[in-house]
Amino acid sequence: MTYSPGSTDPSAIRNFSIIAHIDHGKSTLADRMLQLTGVVDERTMRAQYLDRMDIERERGITIKSQAVRLPWEVDSTPYVLNMIDTPGHVDFTYEVSRSLAACEGAVLLVDAAQGIEAQTLANLYLALEADLTIIPVLNKIDLPGAYPDKYAAELAHVIGCKTSDVLRVSAKTGDGVEHLLDEIVRQIPPPQGEANAPARALIFDSVYDSYRGVVTYVRVVDGELNHRERILMMSTKATHEVLEVGVISPEPTKADALGVGEVGYLITGVKDVRQSRVGDTVTTSNKPAKDALAGYRHPKPMVYAGIYPIEGSDYPVLREALEKLQLNDAALVFEPETSAALGFGFRVGFLGLLHMEIIRERLDREFNLDIISTAPNVVYRVLTEDGVEHTVMNPSEFPNGKIAQIFEPIVKASVLAPAEFIGTLMELCQQRRGTQTGMDYLCEDRVELHYVLPLAEIVFDFFDNLKSRTKGYASLDYEDAGEQESELVKVDILLNSETVDAFSAIVHKDKAYNYGVEMASRLRKLIPRQQFEVPIQAAIGSRVIARETIRAIRKDVLAKCYGGDITRKRKLLEKQKEGKKRMKMVGRVEVPQEAFVAALSTGESEKK
Amino acid sequence: MPTEAPISIYIHIPWCRSRCGYCDFNTYVLPESERRQTQDPYLQALVAELRASANRATNQVTTVYFGGGTPTLMDSADYALILDTIADLYDLADDAEITTEANPETLTPAHCEQIRATGVNRLSMGMQSASERVLRTLDRPHTLGRVRKAVGWARQAGFENLSLDLIYGTPGETMEDWLVCLDEAIDLQVEHISAYSLIVEENTPLARRIAAHEVDDVDEDDVADKYICADERLSAAGFEWYEVSNWARPGYECRHNLAYWHCDSWLGIGAGAHSYDGRYRWWNPRHPLTYVSEINSRTTPAKASDRSDLIPATPSDSTENREELTETQIRMEKVMLGLRLVEGVEADLLTESELKRVDPYLESGHLVRRGSSLACTLQGRLIADGIVREILD
Repeated sequence: MTYSPGSTDPSAIRNFSIIAHIDHGKSTLADRMLQLTGVVDERTMRAQYLDRMDIERERGITIKSQAVRLPWEVDSTPYVLNMIDTPGHVDFTYEVSRSLAACEGAVLLVDAAQGIEAQTLANLYLALEADLTIIPVLNKIDLPGAYPDKYAAELAHVIGCKTSDVLRVSAKTGDGVEHLLDEIVRQIPPPQGEANAPARALIFDSVYDSYRGVVTYVRVVDGELNHRERILMMSTKATHEVLEVGVISPEPTKADALGVGEVGYLITGVKDVRQSRVGDTVTTSNKPAKDALAGYRHPKPMVYAGIYPIEGSDYPVLREALEKLQLNDAALVFEPETSAALGFGFRVGFLGLLHMEIIRERLDREFNLDIISTAPNVVYRVLTEDGVEHTVMNPSEFPNGKIAQIFEPIVKASVLAPAEFIGTLMELCQQRRGTQTGMDYLCEDRVELHYVLPLAEIVFDFFDNLKSRTKGYASLDYEDAGEQESELVKVDILLNSETVDAFSAIVHKDKAYNYGVEMASRLRKLIPRQQFEVPIQAAIGSRVIARETIRAIRKDVLAKCYGGDITRKRKLLEKQKEGKKRMKMVGRVEVPQEAFVAALSTGESEKK
Repeated sequence: MPTEAPISIYIHIPWCRSRCGYCDFNTYVLPESERRQTQDPYLQALVAELRASANRATNQVTTVYFGGGTPTLMDSADYALILDTIADLYDLADDAEITTEANPETLTPAHCEQIRATGVNRLSMGMQSASERVLRTLDRPHTLGRVRKAVGWARQAGFENLSLDLIYGTPGETMEDWLVCLDEAIDLQVEHISAYSLIVEENTPLARRIAAHEVDDVDEDDVADKYICADERLSAAGFEWYEVSNWARPGYECRHNLAYWHCDSWLGIGAGAHSYDGRYRWWNPRHPLTYVSEINSRTTPAKASDRSDLIPATPSDSTENREELTETQIRMEKVMLGLRLVEGVEADLLTESELKRVDPYLESGHLVRRGSSLACTLQGRLIADGIVREILD
């Protein structure tokens, strides 16, 4: 006997997520489950079946989650398992929390050779807060470097269970996976909901598909959603007709309805994921629910950067590309921006650094665009003495008048690393204006450091530093922790007395001098000598804090120009004139594109 | 040649006894016996090419220039063969300037006299430096003493127009070295001096040595200082500057080279040589053997006796070996070359927008207006290429 969607007894349903760090084998475990439950046969199996985007497969990380319905029998009783995949990165904490809210349990999957990582720990806390049943699992037990006993003890300590409760699997070989599926049925409670109440379903993901429009993934909490029914999105108040409902198993399969506890998808013909927001509650428009499900949050960009096409003529292409990406990414925001140095572009808001990196990579890869992006910055709240409040998303918006107070966003960060790195990590966090709030030993030699840090201090190159200082062992998680007042200043960089807006930065006053010196000397090396002397200055307002000079070029003439040299020389001149078009002019100073790219690239300063 | 204007002829002699580390010219080092073997067919090819070209050029020839390589490796009979061919087939002017490049170590008193007797009336001698250390870095086999002697022999042989080539900016050359070199050159009382800043050409042994940090790279600031010194000393000694790297006593400017810079017509004969007729530029295969076989295939048709068959399947018929200059390119070259010269360029050659970009250079003292023309000042000469790049549309 099997259950069909829309008429599944809630007591037979188990909804779960897999919480794991990148590389700890989540996708491989999911693949194995698809095979064992028979929804994918060997032939159609491709590695990491569920990660659909190329970038995801290449980088081995999951950006967009999915939900798969798996049949499984325990003691000859049929069950329906809904595996809800979660994104595995720090920038997508909110999405993770919504995926977890759609579940009753979670598999905590940890690499038996590496132990738990900071993001996994953070997601575990999210799961515990959501009262999920946790099934701790060690993966890769077949690896020669595995320490299953050590990490089982660590997991038991973190969750507060017995070491013997920690399951051991090898997702690669399939060893222990059947037992895990049985345990999911046994341990995770079935969903509870009122079948006769007004429908309420939680949106935990929405994906744009170029053929079908937006596909919205939901978990039904109460009531049911039917084919052809009019539904209401409770936060946006928009109504749509359900053109299709169904479940993924593992390809989309149409159904008539989704009932209490079930997980599936809706298609309404909407073309933009922003109309179907993660965390929102879906109800029906003729019998709407009174209260939405708790926990909806509008995505708030934490980090902004200017993105400019290298070729000015690519501006419309860039706009179109961003619009297309936005169809599938409700958190991506952008607006046009003009930079004196870089021309026309966009100020783009991101959830965090990875989000930014993914967008940049997709612009390059999917749209073949060459772009320059400015250094990322956070959003500041600036109060001027005239009592006006300014929201500064770009250093160039920093008010010129007398500043009364400046507030910057801060985050609660946790860093997990082997204990031997405590010293170097504390030093790093200190340099980044961090305040330590605690420290926990997970086991004898692994420690979790808690810090409050200005977000601005970690958006630039913190993560790279963290990794290089700990030989790659440290992991980081952070969450929004509001704002704090700080003594910040805007440092401008002037080339031949003209401000280069792309290089302005808002930094702490104690770091302004370093930033100025660093940037000025970097530019001196990057900008070729001109026909006149070019002063480079770093300034706070009208006060110059650093100065370098690019000396005028002394000699720029070919010594010999006879016979055959003439053609060569003219061709070179023609080429150079063409090359000049790729120069950006800052006043009279010619700055090669490469100089901008190099000066704005992250991490450069630390390598020296 | 479509015009009736006089033409210049360049003859390329592509051999050297040894290769200098900085040199990227079209030249080859062969053992003496082999050189003789390859030289004869090569000389025949030169003569054949001169014949073929003569069919097309009826203009008066006012300058001939033997360059290389090391043309002075040739016997005087070889000079005579070529010059007689020219005199036979072309209208060679009585007062034609006939130059040969000369390496001091290849000259003897007798050789000087014999060469002079063939009609060659100008020697351009590669002195390069007075410092033995610098000459060693440049892989030049001669010494200052040999240069002094060679100048004396040339005078004795009746050469009244001598030029010396100098190189400055060589890695390891001090300012003192350069000043001594200038003084020595001035002391030799020649008519003309070319002073070139060392150009490190790609794929030369010198470029590799610099890349490997065996010697320092050329310092452009040092080179600029040395240029200014050269101009000072040479001017004080009575030489007048007339092109970026050239100074001469009045009336002794190199007419052959001026033909290049004035965009006149010139015929290049020999391996890799370029020709220009005011509209087309074309060039020969670089390697001497390829050159010889191409000339032979052009000029040994079935009916060799029929003179019209000697007309080459003109090099200008193949786009691979020639280019037709557009009006824009012709103007570009005029400005590019004109600004290298003391007389500069006629201002009406420039467009309105270009003239606007000239103004800042007039203000900064890089350019100066003389009557209807624009020319570089000393400061301007040092960045003449940059100025051209900047002002041209």
